[in-house]
Amino acid sequence: MTDAPQPATQARHVPDRLNSSAARLFKSWEALLLAVAISIFMINSFASPYFLNAWNLSDATFNFTEKAMIAFAMALLIISGEIDLSVASIIALASTAMGLALQYGAGTPELVMVGLTVGLLCGAFNGFFVTVLGLPSIVVTIGTMSLFRGISFIILGDDAFRGYPSSFSWFGQGYIYWVFTVEMLLFVIIAIIYGVLLHKTNFGRAVYAIGNNPTAALFSGIRVQRVKFILFLLTGLMSGVAAVCLTSRLGSTRPSIAMGMELEVVTMVVLGGVNILGGSGTIPGVVIAAFVMGLVTFGLGLLNVPGIVMSIFIGLLLIGVIALPRLWAMVAARRKA
Amino acid sequence: MTHPAPHAPDVTPIVSMDMITKTFPGVKALDDVKLDLYPGQVTALVGENGAGKSTTVKILTGIYKTDGGTIRIDGQPVSFAAPNDAAKAGITAIHQETVLFDELSVAENIYIGHAPKTRFGLIDTSEMHRAASALLAEIGAPFNSHTQLRELGIANKHLVAIARALSVDARVVIMDEPTAALSHKEIEELYDLVDTLKSQGKAILFISHKFDEIFRIADRYTVFRDGAFVGDGRIADIAEDDLVTMMVGRSVDQIFPARAHDVGEEVLKVVGYEHPTEFSEINFSLNRGEILGFYGLVGAGRSEFMQALFGITKPSKGVCRINGDITVIRSPADAVSNGIVYVPEDRGKQGAVIGLPIFQNITLPSLGRTSRRGFLQMAEEFKLAREYSQRLDLRAAALDQDVGNLSGGNQQKVVIAKWLATQPQVIILDEPTKGIDIGSKAAVHEFMAELAAQGLSVIMVSSEIPEVIGMSDRVIVMREGRIAAELNGADLSPEILVRHAAGITSSSEGNAA
Repeated sequence: MTDAPQPATQARHVPDRLNSSAARLFKSWEALLLAVAISIFMINSFASPYFLNAWNLSDATFNFTEKAMIAFAMALLIISGEIDLSVASIIALASTAMGLALQYGAGTPELVMVGLTVGLLCGAFNGFFVTVLGLPSIVVTIGTMSLFRGISFIILGDDAFRGYPSSFSWFGQGYIYWVFTVEMLLFVIIAIIYGVLLHKTNFGRAVYAIGNNPTAALFSGIRVQRVKFILFLLTGLMSGVAAVCLTSRLGSTRPSIAMGMELEVVTMVVLGGVNILGGSGTIPGVVIAAFVMGLVTFGLGLLNVPGIVMSIFIGLLLIGVIALPRLWAMVAARRKA
Repeated sequence: MTHPAPHAPDVTPIVSMDMITKTFPGVKALDDVKLDLYPGQVTALVGENGAGKSTTVKILTGIYKTDGGTIRIDGQPVSFAAPNDAAKAGITAIHQETVLFDELSVAENIYIGHAPKTRFGLIDTSEMHRAASALLAEIGAPFNSHTQLRELGIANKHLVAIARALSVDARVVIMDEPTAALSHKEIEELYDLVDTLKSQGKAILFISHKFDEIFRIADRYTVFRDGAFVGDGRIADIAEDDLVTMMVGRSVDQIFPARAHDVGEEVLKVVGYEHPTEFSEINFSLNRGEILGFYGLVGAGRSEFMQALFGITKPSKGVCRINGDITVIRSPADAVSNGIVYVPEDRGKQGAVIGLPIFQNITLPSLGRTSRRGFLQMAEEFKLAREYSQRLDLRAAALDQDVGNLSGGNQQKVVIAKWLATQPQVIILDEPTKGIDIGSKAAVHEFMAELAAQGLSVIMVSSEIPEVIGMSDRVIVMREGRIAAELNGADLSPEILVRHAAGITSSSEGNAA
């Protein structure tokens, strides 16, 4: 009734798009990252004769596949303006739960179920405090970071759970075809799922709206708290998936499993162009960032660079990639003036 | 129209503003206004919302620069480059939102930024507390300088703000709606304090909407209307009714679209809406094709009620019927699905999602229709966005432009387009023309009339009397969280609206309106 067509007054034409999509793509963060990834790949292949070996490259993917699975869900969470720092501790708790289930004779399907369920429950726990009680997610998840891993420590102490069934090792050690691992397949599937979820669905649009302006999103009829709760569930679930893969790959559970991984996940997300304050970022960006981080660690590993130096490189890379465009803009502005 | 100032006192004013002009993009906020503040006297600045009172305060305190005119202090022309200059000249303001620090003591709050120093350059704590105690004694504060600010109630915090104002040796004290949040007893105490300040020879600028208090406390008045000076003089020489007339004026120089006032059946009925603090006993009904105005002073609870109706806050009591059916609205999503939409006053924060492109803003609440099984359909989104941006005559470079790059008026159009695209039954417009230029205002009014003609029911919250009278079929006046009056037809006059909104209790005998 209110939608009756309007008599065609001075129908002003506003074009749909200002720039062609090709022009945008060229200027995007993802293009810059891709250039970085390609240069690192080239540098690596010159620096070490072992780099361009299919099996070595395949092994190298383990550097990022598990982290990236979490990073995709984390990207959505950070775009919405929240964060989950407890993901590595969720892995520890989920892995410990799987180890316990193993003691009670659980088989591979049960183990996977346990891992995923614990991940979901941990996500729900975080989500409850943030969305129902309205506490800041950074505080809640710093708390649960200690809490979840603390429970693992209480259960395991200095012990470790071992003796996972050989069928369980398929997730972290199996190959689909030639050099392509099960984890790679999972990585691709999960990347596609999250890419579609964020960029092609109403849910993804709501995530962006919330991240840009939660109040206006609420005033636009979006169920802000529900969306955020789902994002915490998804992040917990992906931590559960990562727990299954990592436990399967290592073949054992110690309470120190995946220690410090949350920062690498957040680094990957931010490197991928996601605004740490929320509102913007893409899944393709995170995919490329995963490759960049994987290539850097692998290349340095081939050159026998110790782990601690590697983390220096990752840190420099992160700051460098973020600072570059800003520096570039400052130089350009000065030249104009 | 202009009343000359009779019996201007022989004393020279401390502050004298003359021919002051201030322009904002698209709006002339002040146009050749004058204002004099005399020592030992309280001058009440009277005017409707948008009359230019706040702008005047901001000019006096050095926050805004004037575009023209002179400010004299003790007869000497001055110009304030920064707020600090005004403070040095002895002008200080006490706002409702004077910034205070909850975690600091009263003395620290009073002397923050200008604390007495020891010879080593450190804060001289004992001297600070001594001076603060002296100030507190002077204004009769019932707490000491060591008290933590967070332990104080709103009225006592006010006293701290006043003490802070006095700590800089102010000669001119501006009080902007100082009694808005105070109880009856606290107001009396504030009056005593104002008397103390007067006896010390300070000039006081008192801004208030409450006529009883203006007549109680002020010695002089100055009236502004729509950014222009209307008149000034001694309170003793003017009657309340004349002041109201001066304030609202009679000329309605805006042209409002002509409308057929035929309304359809009842669409929305609100019964007994109540909120613990913001409003109570709200009952009204709204018909198809009707424009219902909500008038009241700032803080009368209009926006708060509208947000409860829209599901942002929860009313503690009350029933809402839509087309006769009892409808429970727990969230904006519920409201939207029941055909109630809300265009908020605060466009930047609550209206447009800055950072998202225009078309995504427009389709945000309509994604259910433009998508297929939860998957976005860009072509459908652009189609909907095109349709409504044309309908509202949106001016933008492209639909994928960030909505944050648009002007205020065009952002407002995007927000309205967003809601019309949901095909609502009831649209609530909260101060729809606030801060937009005259041209856009007329367009919004035109459009509102058109919507009503098409059968949409419009609730318009507005503080602009000409707009309320010019656009509404019926007007509800709210005061202090309650409905003070429901008016239509012949009762719709500026004087009557102001009377109900301000709670002027004196009967209207002698009032020709």
